[in-house]
Amino acid sequence: MEEKLSYEEGAVQPLSMHPKKFALWLFIVSVVMVFASLTSAYIVRQGEGNWLEFNLPDIFWYTSAVIILSSITMHWAYVSAKNDALDMLRLALIITSFLGFAFLVGQWYSWVALVDRDVYFVGNPSGSFLYVFTGLHALHLISGVIFLIIVLISSLRYKIHSQNMAQMEMCVTYWHFLGALWIYLFMFLLLNH
Amino acid sequence: MAVANVSSHDVEHHEHEHHDNFITKYIFSTDHKMIGKQFLVTGIFWALIGGFLSIVFRLQLGFPDMNLEFLRPIFGGWIDNTGKLDPNFYLALVTMHGTIMVFFVLTAGLSGTFSNFLIPLQIGARDMASGFMNMLSYWFFFLSSVVMFCSLFLEKGPAGGGWVVYPPLSALEQAIPGSGLGMTLWLVAMTFFIVSSLLGGINYITTVINLRTKGMSFARLPLTIWAFFLTAIIGLLSFPVLFSAALLLVFDRSFGTSFYLSDIYIGGEALPNTGGSAVLYQHLFWFLGHPEVYIVLLPALGITSEIIATNSRKPIFGYKAMIISMLGITILSFVVWAHHMFVSGMNPFLGSIFMFLTLIIAVPSAVKVFNYLTTLWRGNLRFTPGMLFSIGLVSVFISGGLTGIFLGNSAIDIQLHDTYFVVAHFHLVMGSASFFGLVAGVYHWFPKMFGRMMDEKLGHIHFWLTFVGIYMVFFPMHYIGIAGFPRRYYTWTEFAFSDMYTDLNMFVSAAAIITFAAQMILVFNFFYSMFFGRKASLNPWRSNTLEWTTPLHPQHGNWPGEIPSVYRWPYDYSKPGSKEDFIPQTIPLSATPESNLPHEEKLVNLEKEIIAEEGQILVANETKEES
Repeated sequence: MEEKLSYEEGAVQPLSMHPKKFALWLFIVSVVMVFASLTSAYIVRQGEGNWLEFNLPDIFWYTSAVIILSSITMHWAYVSAKNDALDMLRLALIITSFLGFAFLVGQWYSWVALVDRDVYFVGNPSGSFLYVFTGLHALHLISGVIFLIIVLISSLRYKIHSQNMAQMEMCVTYWHFLGALWIYLFMFLLLNH
Repeated sequence: MAVANVSSHDVEHHEHEHHDNFITKYIFSTDHKMIGKQFLVTGIFWALIGGFLSIVFRLQLGFPDMNLEFLRPIFGGWIDNTGKLDPNFYLALVTMHGTIMVFFVLTAGLSGTFSNFLIPLQIGARDMASGFMNMLSYWFFFLSSVVMFCSLFLEKGPAGGGWVVYPPLSALEQAIPGSGLGMTLWLVAMTFFIVSSLLGGINYITTVINLRTKGMSFARLPLTIWAFFLTAIIGLLSFPVLFSAALLLVFDRSFGTSFYLSDIYIGGEALPNTGGSAVLYQHLFWFLGHPEVYIVLLPALGITSEIIATNSRKPIFGYKAMIISMLGITILSFVVWAHHMFVSGMNPFLGSIFMFLTLIIAVPSAVKVFNYLTTLWRGNLRFTPGMLFSIGLVSVFISGGLTGIFLGNSAIDIQLHDTYFVVAHFHLVMGSASFFGLVAGVYHWFPKMFGRMMDEKLGHIHFWLTFVGIYMVFFPMHYIGIAGFPRRYYTWTEFAFSDMYTDLNMFVSAAAIITFAAQMILVFNFFYSMFFGRKASLNPWRSNTLEWTTPLHPQHGNWPGEIPSVYRWPYDYSKPGSKEDFIPQTIPLSATPESNLPHEEKLVNLEKEIIAEEGQILVANETKEES
């Protein structure tokens, strides 16, 4: 029976994922590993004591709201593209990019808030880690915004519609991932602070 | 998740077959076969440098009073006026030997070469999922190589903190000359290297999962592909962690943060860094470092499985057990990293857990060894050079693996850690084994790479010199290590307890020089045969796998016509009833009624139905095109 199954499975051309989409998922895995290792390092280091305690900047709540909102507008863009509502798609993409940009500005102000609290990049690792988390995430988010703009340009050239969704879907995946990544980091910081 | 049928992929690639000029064919090539060869040649270049560096420090260890004046044209000021090697440069030599061999030769040179070359050929694909990414992968590796190579010629020397570059030694420029610019360039080069590995790995995984030809189920993949696939997964999960470790180290070195630094006094003065943890670096590093061992080893094991089965003219023993044990090794490789840190001040209870997990790895490793031996058992052995090196791999894998059982014990490790026992252990089980796998692969797939055969006699001479040489180098090292002599020490003659090992060291050094010199036979054979070797036949080893169904010099796209379909597993050697002693994967079961097993007879009917169905579809398509 088992032999037969394996045969049938192999007899037809294996239906498979779009290779580029699959590669994007693998890229996401590697980014997850970077942040997983950094947050683990944070816990290990915190366990050893000599850990500077300070309050997280409140602005993180607002930036988190912004990034959740941007995921909603991204989904709106996705649905619009699926329904061939191209004007709506462009509007949604523009709003999403704008929200992404707003998030980055907010993260910058979180650094300002940290400096106001005398928490610097150079100093106790508890502060340095915070800068590394936010900085590295922001770098990825910048790449996400660039991706968004590329998608926006393709949509202006009528290259994104219900029959041609690959690029759009990759962008959606990446954007939701970046949002989820930030929410993870923020929750992690709230719980392990 | 949207699903795409990738057969349209086939069409795109036909167009690439013409218009190749020199640059697109040999330099900025997107053809996986050329990229594989690029990795191989760069790997050989690095292997020669890495080997040469080891000879230089072996001279220092074996013949401490020797006058090294003759090396001054190469090393300049690193040889002082009395003809002695500079102690700081000795550390740099050891560091660079390790870095080059582990990353540039046995990761990029082995995995880069054979994953690139064999994955599309053995699974029946036109090329990698993304040829462009693949090209980037090589060029990032090249960039990394250039940076690392330049660092060899710095005034203060290349990185000198050991290949593991532990802080604080590597984090403070004041510590040793090798922690200056050399260390910075080391980190830059490794960053490019990580990018290269990730680009390559993502490509390998995507290709294996998405671009297999018709009939090539996972249960019919050659073990080489399984090994490359799992290696790529390990790399994808572990290299990002090295990136994190290196990133924090860069911040500590260049921006003044204190992730790894705390309470350090230099010349009586306290450094401003507080609150860092040096052990943190070790955790991050070894989370990559241990899986890296298997990144190096698994491809060699995969290559060996294929070569041993082919040249024993027998199906591989325990195909599924081989896959399961490789899966086991893959998973276990991520949960044993702290056995490198038993004496770092870690909680001894944690040590016991890691010891337990470490010793479990002996099980899948032993399964693999038994399977190799039982495949060889009563086979019609053909001692081609590739086969000899594969059997050699099994030998060094056993002798090096046994010492691993000792080192994995956290109690025994207190005595043995950081001695030459460790050096002997990992040079046999990881260094030599992987190197043997690499060389076996070169001998075996050379005909496919260049359409010519390598000289068999030279191959035999090369094997015996290497095999005997390797044991002469590393076997005595066990004794030196048990006697308690630490690695990375510049000289041995200053201490009474190690004085008596001078002659043993002399022996090791002499053996090392002979072994290194023997590798020139391979280099000569390789480059000579590339141009003047005997022309190869299409399937010189009478092998079953798909790569031997391509033309002698496959163009970009690999198969001139349709990609062949696969109807059976790759190890139908000496099947009872069959006229030939091998049945390639492309031969349908219905064509071999004389050798089919009872359960295969049932499959024949199914196969016929499918073939008939496909025929209808083909006819339908053709009539559509005509109309």
